[in-house]
Amino acid sequence: MPRPHPGTLIRATLRMAAGVFVAFIIFAPLSSLVIWSFTRKWFWPHPFPQELGLFYWRKVLEGDLFRALQSGFFIAVIVTVLTLLLTIPLAYLLARYPVPFKAAILLVFLLPHAFPQLPVFVNATTLLYRAHLAASVSGVVLIHMVGALVYAVWTMTAVFRSIPASLEEAAWNLGASRVKAFFTVAMPLATPGLIASTLLVFLYSFDEFTGTLLVGSPFVLTLPVYMYRTSVGYELQVASIAALILMVPGLLLLVVLERYLKSEYLSMFGRI
Amino acid sequence: MDVRVEGLVKRYGRVVALDGITIGFPSGGMTAILGPSGCGKTTLLRALAGFNPVDGGRIVFGAEDVTGLPPQARGTAMVFQQYALWPHMSVFDNVAYGLRLRKVPAAEVRARVEAVLHLVEIGQIAGVMQRRPGELSGGQQQRVALARALVVEPRVLLMDEPLSNLDAKVRQRLRAEVRRLQKRVGITTIYVTHDQEEALAIADTVILMNAGRVVQAGSPQDIYFRPENAFAAEFLGVSNQLAGTAEAGSLSVGAQRLPYTGPVRGSATLLFKATDATVIPGDLTTESGQALLRGTLEERLFLGSGYRHYVRIEGESVMVDGTEPVEAGPVTVRVPVEKLKIYAMASPGPVTDPARSTRTL
Repeated sequence: MPRPHPGTLIRATLRMAAGVFVAFIIFAPLSSLVIWSFTRKWFWPHPFPQELGLFYWRKVLEGDLFRALQSGFFIAVIVTVLTLLLTIPLAYLLARYPVPFKAAILLVFLLPHAFPQLPVFVNATTLLYRAHLAASVSGVVLIHMVGALVYAVWTMTAVFRSIPASLEEAAWNLGASRVKAFFTVAMPLATPGLIASTLLVFLYSFDEFTGTLLVGSPFVLTLPVYMYRTSVGYELQVASIAALILMVPGLLLLVVLERYLKSEYLSMFGRI
Repeated sequence: MDVRVEGLVKRYGRVVALDGITIGFPSGGMTAILGPSGCGKTTLLRALAGFNPVDGGRIVFGAEDVTGLPPQARGTAMVFQQYALWPHMSVFDNVAYGLRLRKVPAAEVRARVEAVLHLVEIGQIAGVMQRRPGELSGGQQQRVALARALVVEPRVLLMDEPLSNLDAKVRQRLRAEVRRLQKRVGITTIYVTHDQEEALAIADTVILMNAGRVVQAGSPQDIYFRPENAFAAEFLGVSNQLAGTAEAGSLSVGAQRLPYTGPVRGSATLLFKATDATVIPGDLTTESGQALLRGTLEERLFLGSGYRHYVRIEGESVMVDGTEPVEAGPVTVRVPVEKLKIYAMASPGPVTDPARSTRTL
């Protein structure tokens, strides 16, 4: 066996060191969350908790957190379904037909993200109060959709553009109606992109904080709002548990997203 | 089913893609539409399929005016340049798609799909049917695309540069097979290509297009041997072009003069094919029935089947093919007068009367 070149050894060592460093940066803050979530008692200057236990987990799962998780999930599902129902036809039209003011339409969806979030949401809140939609689930759904639409429209337009038009023409040509061709050719081919888009929208809604707090208070409780409330009340254990739970769907969905988001979509992304 | 288009016009903004085309496609025949890219040939094919609405004129299949019909109602089937097979369906589902739309019973669908795959000679049908198009070679994919189009027994088969994505060897073989297949099924076929050799080899009738108009239509032999204008002559084969001036009795190319009795006057274009000319070492003065041009042989390439000589005549380089090598130096290029085409130097366009512009010395 040939001896490895000393250069390769150094390079491998450096790479491993870099890996450890990156892992530390990512996981160190998370590990403190984990420790905090199992802590019963931990006072300065002790380097480790004085008393560990499941006390707070039990408390949290029996109390409001579960309610926040439920309503947050419910809102995210509604936002996702409504957004996709609106977006799929719109994105298809934008991708396939010479729609007038195409660039302007795509930019309009981007606008709420072009300004600082707080003033935009405060403004929206006053509007929703006048429409008697504030502090209700419908109000929160609406405010989430303002933010979510841009992800859905931009990704779905890119997805439909990555499907060659000739595939649908071939179907029309053989006698399929436009609707039939859409459901037998365009939609099945767009499904991976549709899944990616669904996940983006779901995650956005599930994690959204500013708009939910402003519009939903005091009645609508989602996980991020719950976490905020508990952490300002210095219940660090409860806030840590909420943060850990909040991360789970995000991580799961990102793993799935990574599988379905194809590079072809990205190459079409943002093209007008 | 014979197909006719009458005064077909299609504009994209200010660009005129089809400039009033009137032409017939004979029933049961194979017609090639030939032309350089951007000449409107694909636009014409897509207009026939109904993908692009036209701005004027009529499209008639048999006795039926189909101009206003959507693609679904035209009864055409198209073979696309990129095959346009559906990647998420098996080969079987791809081919069966059109039959299922027509509510053909499942057993008959199976029989007809197998029969048509057999017809296109795809080989190992049972195995291929279950595969996805992406797992097949380019040639096999094109056979599947052809099968998908043929299985619905279309009134008109449209082929849009179907072989241009294949490598040369597969292309040559499929060309012969498409030709044989079309003869067997006898469906009126319209075949778009930019490859003149392919058009001549595959079609009964060739329609040569340029700038949205029909330049010439006729049998492959007509088009090849009797091009009606400079564009047609130039496009069909390795041609040499020289600028000259024609007057009563003589034709001058630079300082050289050739006897001339034709009717062209003023600036003229002389065209001849590399294979029709001969290079003779030295200076030749006269020979009856031959046009002689003096020049300098600059380079010689061995092509395997013969030699290609590059001769500079009055500042312009021409190619002359021959079986014997000729050494560099002063030479005479000899072209039989009937092979030397002289056209008035006009804008290339449709020539309705061949006698008007085709002249020989």
